[in-house]
Formats: sequence, structure tokens, C-alpha cells
Amino acid sequence: MRRIVVVGASAAGLSAAETLRREGYDGTLTLVGDEPLAPYDRPPLSKQILAAEWEPERLALRTPDALAALGLDLRLGVAATALEPADRTVELADGSALPYDGLVIATGVRPRRLPGEGAHVLRTVDDALTLRERLTPGRRLVVVGAGFLGAEAAAVAWRLGCEVTLLEPAPVPLTHAVGMEVGRVLTNAHLERGVKLRCGVTVTEVTEDGVRLADGAQIEADEVLVAVGSLPNTEWLAGSGLTVGDGVVCDEYCEAAPNVYAAGDVVRWYNPLFGTSMRIEHRTTAAEQGMAAARNLFAAPQARKPFAPVPYFWSDQYDMKIQAYGYLRGHDEVAVVEGDLADSRFVAAYRAGDRVTGALAVGMPPKAIRQWRQAIATGAAWHDSVRTTVPAVES
Amino acid sequence: MKVELEADKCVASGQCVLAAMDVFDQDDDGIAILLEEQVGDDRLDDVKEAVAVCPAAAIRLVEQ
Repeated sequence: MRRIVVVGASAAGLSAAETLRREGYDGTLTLVGDEPLAPYDRPPLSKQILAAEWEPERLALRTPDALAALGLDLRLGVAATALEPADRTVELADGSALPYDGLVIATGVRPRRLPGEGAHVLRTVDDALTLRERLTPGRRLVVVGAGFLGAEAAAVAWRLGCEVTLLEPAPVPLTHAVGMEVGRVLTNAHLERGVKLRCGVTVTEVTEDGVRLADGAQIEADEVLVAVGSLPNTEWLAGSGLTVGDGVVCDEYCEAAPNVYAAGDVVRWYNPLFGTSMRIEHRTTAAEQGMAAARNLFAAPQARKPFAPVPYFWSDQYDMKIQAYGYLRGHDEVAVVEGDLADSRFVAAYRAGDRVTGALAVGMPPKAIRQWRQAIATGAAWHDSVRTTVPAVES
Repeated sequence: MKVELEADKCVASGQCVLAAMDVFDQDDDGIAILLEEQVGDDRLDDVKEAVAVCPAAAIRLVEQ
């Protein structure tokens, strides 16, 4: 293998490129990114950057020296537009074509938008800087979507003195992600601070002076942030023959086709640890999967390893630090195994079938949750891990 | 080689501890702590893994 192309220059793509060099690959290594910036980190965008605690320079994932040491053919500010697996070529928006022997797809996701003009989204450093300029005291901000991103942005805007309203279609925010009881705890953090929350409402359109709801009502706002999830960037793969269905579909090795691997937010792959296919938009998974995809691409076929991680994410909201391991979606039961929901200090364990498949902690020391990560990683049985005296909060 | 940790960048994910438990630990807030600044060749692979998986890019390995 003498020519490897990595499409996508964020956490997953960078991790893949670095891993290839670490594994001893010394051929041409092209890293393509549609943004003009060197690889940068995204989680701080809705936290320290939005709060103006950090300047964008701190987001750089590697120093210029470390990046230069990788000996990359770096193509920034240019998107990939097509993949021709028959001639093993990636086409770029500037008209150039990159032949490859091996390919890593890491094109990530983009925010879903709503009809109408003028709303903010939060995915790139430009998005964050544009929004933060507007978050001045007294400004009315409507956040559409009370998921993790929307909640983090609302928390920052509240701290900056904005008048914040969260609009959420579900009866309780984050129910599908963390369950209703935990969702309520996270929701209360907004209400206690006077952040307005309206649940069960659907926003149909962004208007000149706010948003319009499905029932025709208008909610006025100076700024609107739309945080209603993401769409995988797979359009450029149309006609490539790769299977696309809510992401690039890959097997447990992160392989999409011979010598074509994928990593990060854009991938739907089979995670053998949970026995299901998943698409995970977590920062840590991006780095781990970039590494796994690169190793499997470069390895001899019999040396490939399935990518079977315990997903992990964190979220900072107000004074709460939320950390979660595992795959919480589609759980059958949630039980508080340490602390108390009422104190916003707890560990909740998640059951799917007869296994521990997830754990979420708020305000707990790392050792309290680490054992639960271990239980998830080893596929521990629920009845062995969760004392039966603990009442289930939900089933 | 020497390990450098920027604790103010740390997001308390604990990924470094999972990668190299004898080199990293976490305090009660989850913030990473360096147990050893100097690592020998035998620990290098694990520490490189920790550098790579750190979601805050807070760990660096520097030649001396």
C-alpha cells in the first residue's frame, strides 16, 4: 500500500492518519478536509468557546510541528465530491482526483436545519464564534432542541445573562437517550435557574423574529439556535456502490468495502460488544475508531480486530458534569445504583435484556463510574451487578 | 521520553487511565494526574495510545 487517502480532517480523520504513521506506513498520506482549518476539537465549541473562556487557537488538536511531522499531503478547504471505487479515486471539489490503494472515510456529520433563514447552528468554530458575539446580556435566545448540545448552549447563554427558552418536541427532554427519570433531573437544572422550557412543541419554521410552532403560534427571539440533531455527510458517496443508510454502513472491522474503511460520526458499524449496529457521535469514539479503522486497513487480513468499544460521552451543563458509558438507547430499565436523583449526584445503570449496557453519572468521582464501565465492557449480567434491593426507577 | 499533561484542558474522561493505568490516575473531580513523568520504552505504546485517545488533546510525549 503506497497511497492512502483519509477524507475528513477532524478528530477521526486525524486519528487515522496518526495511527497509520505510528504503525509504520510510510507511503503517501493525503488528508482531505472541507474546512480551511487544521484539525480542531469540537466539544469545547458549545462550552469554553461559546462562553468566551477560550479563544479558538486552543482548539487545535495538534501543534503545527506535530502535524508537520506526519508528512501529510494536506488538502484543507476542499470537500470530496465523489468516490469511484472501480478506479480507486476520490474526486475533490477543486477538480483534482486522488488515486488511492487504501481509503478512510471520516466525513462526519452536519447539523439538521429547519425551514427559514437566520438561525444559528453549532458545529464549526465559525458557528460558535458567530453565536457567541450575539449572546449579550438580556438577549432573547430560543434554542430548538433540548438534547445535549442544546442544553449545553442554553446553560452557557444563561450564564452570559441571556433570556433563554428551550423548545423540545418530547414530553421530557433526552428521554430516548437517558430515560425519563434521568431526563427529568437534567431538565430541572434549567428550570431551577429560570431557563424556560416548553416540551411537546414542534417548531416548523424559523421566522424573522423568532420561530413558528406547528400549532401556528409564534415565539419571539432575538437569536435562534437550532440543535435538532445531525445528518451524516454521505452525499458524496452516491454512486460509489457503498452501502449508505443513516451513515456509511460497515462491518465490525469498520470496513465498508475492500480497502475502504470508515470512522467517526459518519459510520454505522456493527459493534460486537452490544451485538447491534450503531452510529455514535461521541468525541472519544471518533479517536478510537480512527485508530481502529487505520490499523485494520494497514494490517494483514488475519490480524484485523473487531472494533468493540464501550462508547463514552460527557456533557457540561451549569455546575453539572454528566458522564456516560455504554449504549443507553433502547434500554429496558434504569436503576439508580449510587447517590440520589434528588441531589443531582448519582450513578444510574441501564439494562437491556439481562445485561448491563450503560451507566450515567452526575457529579460523582471517577472511581464510582469506572466499575460500571468494566461491567459494560465484560457484558456483566444485570442481576449480578445491580442489587435487587435497589428499586428500579423505571421499566 | 517525558509525558506532559495540560490539566486545565482535561475533560475528566479517564481514557488515559484506561490506556495506561500505571502512568495516569484521576483526582476526585476526574481530572487526570501524572503518576510518572518519565516513561521507558516498555510503556511507550500504552502512553502513545493515551495521547491518541485523549478527547481533549491534553497529553503530549516529548523527546528529551
